[in-house]
Amino acid sequence: MNATPDPETPVDAAFLRRWLEAATNAVDRESARLTELDSPIGDADHGSNIRRGFLAARTAVGQEPPETPGGVLVLVGRTLISTVGGASGPLYGTLLRRAGKDLGEEPAVSAARLRDALRAGVDGVAALGGAVPGDKTMLDSLLPALDALTGTLDAGGSAAEAFAAAAAAADEGAAATIALRARKGRASYLGERSVGHQDPGATSSALLVTALADTAREGS
Amino acid sequence: MKMLINVAENVVADALRGFAAAHPELTVDVEHRLIVRRGSPYEGKVGLVSGGGSGHEPLHGGFVGKGMLDAACPGEVFTSPVPDQMVRAAAAVDSGAGVLFIVKNYTGDVLNFQMAAELAEDEGVQVVSVLVDDDVAVTDSLYTAGRRGTGATLFVEKIAGAAAEEGAPLDRVAALARRVNAASRSFGVALSACSTPSKGGPTFDLPDGELELGVGIHGEPGRERRAMMTSGEIADVTVEAVVSDLNPDGPVLVLVNGMGATPLLELYGFNAEVQRALAERRIPVARTLVGNYVTSLDMAGASVTICQVDEELLRLWDAPVATPGLRWGC
Repeated sequence: MNATPDPETPVDAAFLRRWLEAATNAVDRESARLTELDSPIGDADHGSNIRRGFLAARTAVGQEPPETPGGVLVLVGRTLISTVGGASGPLYGTLLRRAGKDLGEEPAVSAARLRDALRAGVDGVAALGGAVPGDKTMLDSLLPALDALTGTLDAGGSAAEAFAAAAAAADEGAAATIALRARKGRASYLGERSVGHQDPGATSSALLVTALADTAREGS
Repeated sequence: MKMLINVAENVVADALRGFAAAHPELTVDVEHRLIVRRGSPYEGKVGLVSGGGSGHEPLHGGFVGKGMLDAACPGEVFTSPVPDQMVRAAAAVDSGAGVLFIVKNYTGDVLNFQMAAELAEDEGVQVVSVLVDDDVAVTDSLYTAGRRGTGATLFVEKIAGAAAEEGAPLDRVAALARRVNAASRSFGVALSACSTPSKGGPTFDLPDGELELGVGIHGEPGRERRAMMTSGEIADVTVEAVVSDLNPDGPVLVLVNGMGATPLLELYGFNAEVQRALAERRIPVARTLVGNYVTSLDMAGASVTICQVDEELLRLWDAPVATPGLRWGC
């Protein structure tokens, strides 16, 4: 088996279930750090909130595993909306639910097709939260990730290379939020005092994209 | 940090079980995180639903009862509830006259209530939402998510609740709620940070000898830090912030609200200074409420909310209310 899956390696329900496993593990492992990032500019609960949501999503998907990649994303999104609360519940829920709906009933899709669906999900997040790039939100890591994904795929890179590039761009985007002033969410109430802290939402978004890269790299 | 809890994950469920035992006049659904006025829905009455993160008690569960809310949805600590709770609440209190969602202006609350309103409408419940955004500490509203909703929530819930109790229709109850919000302003001061169970310690570092001006109710830092002041000096800063934004030209309701860890001895003393500061500005005070109503866990400090009232709003404020957190005239 080739270590790098070829560009046409399909994204199926099993792939996204492995992604969910990796994402849940990452959120569980990093929960305390996310909460720590949330305390100077938020209310110190981001880690515990999304940890609760992803643990519930893993349980839901394990109990009744959907047969399509779209089905997995819709179920995860719906579970996050029902269990997380705060702003992250509706935002992450919308991201994944919208992406899943965009994939429809297809049993397996290409990396490029997943990218388009994620784009639809990110558009949904932007519409719901009303944020634009530079507002110090999850969009500041998700949008660079989508651009990197697109650039690598367009240049003929494999799915694994494209997801790895997306993860690196998401990390960079999250780190770049340190210098930004928050204009959305609870951190926005701090004005200039929000500068100098990494945005917890951009950080958790980067974790989810990194989980995608890890899943693609490890293959089945 | 010592807390009177078992484990952080269960603080809300444990509190709801205890709340249920203390208030048999309310229906408490611990599993679905719901507090409902017993006997709901009341025929022909508009249902009032509010909710938000836990940690602000008695807000909102403590304001369920005659003359105020019909249901409350408590979220995790400082985290808004989820849409499922609000949809369930709306179904439980809708008599066909419709449901009013009272939402504090925080991104999480706004998004979850917005989703819930759509889902409830799908189920045939007519829902109108009103947003509470009274906090003058958030001045830079073009670059923020708007003003926070804090102490005025109590005024909105009480006055809209009284109107609903009298049988006013949904559009009228909603209009009153919006009027109360538009006529209200708040400003808060923290003398200490609060400690959330999930973090297990203070949410920000506030050294002895300093205070935070313009705090919200979620343990988030305020807009400005200063050296500690006297109660009178704090009242001057607070009243000036509130009054200069509202410019009241008539009688006002005053809420001197404790953040959770400031004793009533201090709150009453602070109220004396607030009343002096209002009198110096020739602002007549119609009614005053002092106590811990919209709290922030164990934060020390206080907020001042004023609401300019006319005869109608004052009559509705004085109307009977019977809830765990607010009770008079019954």
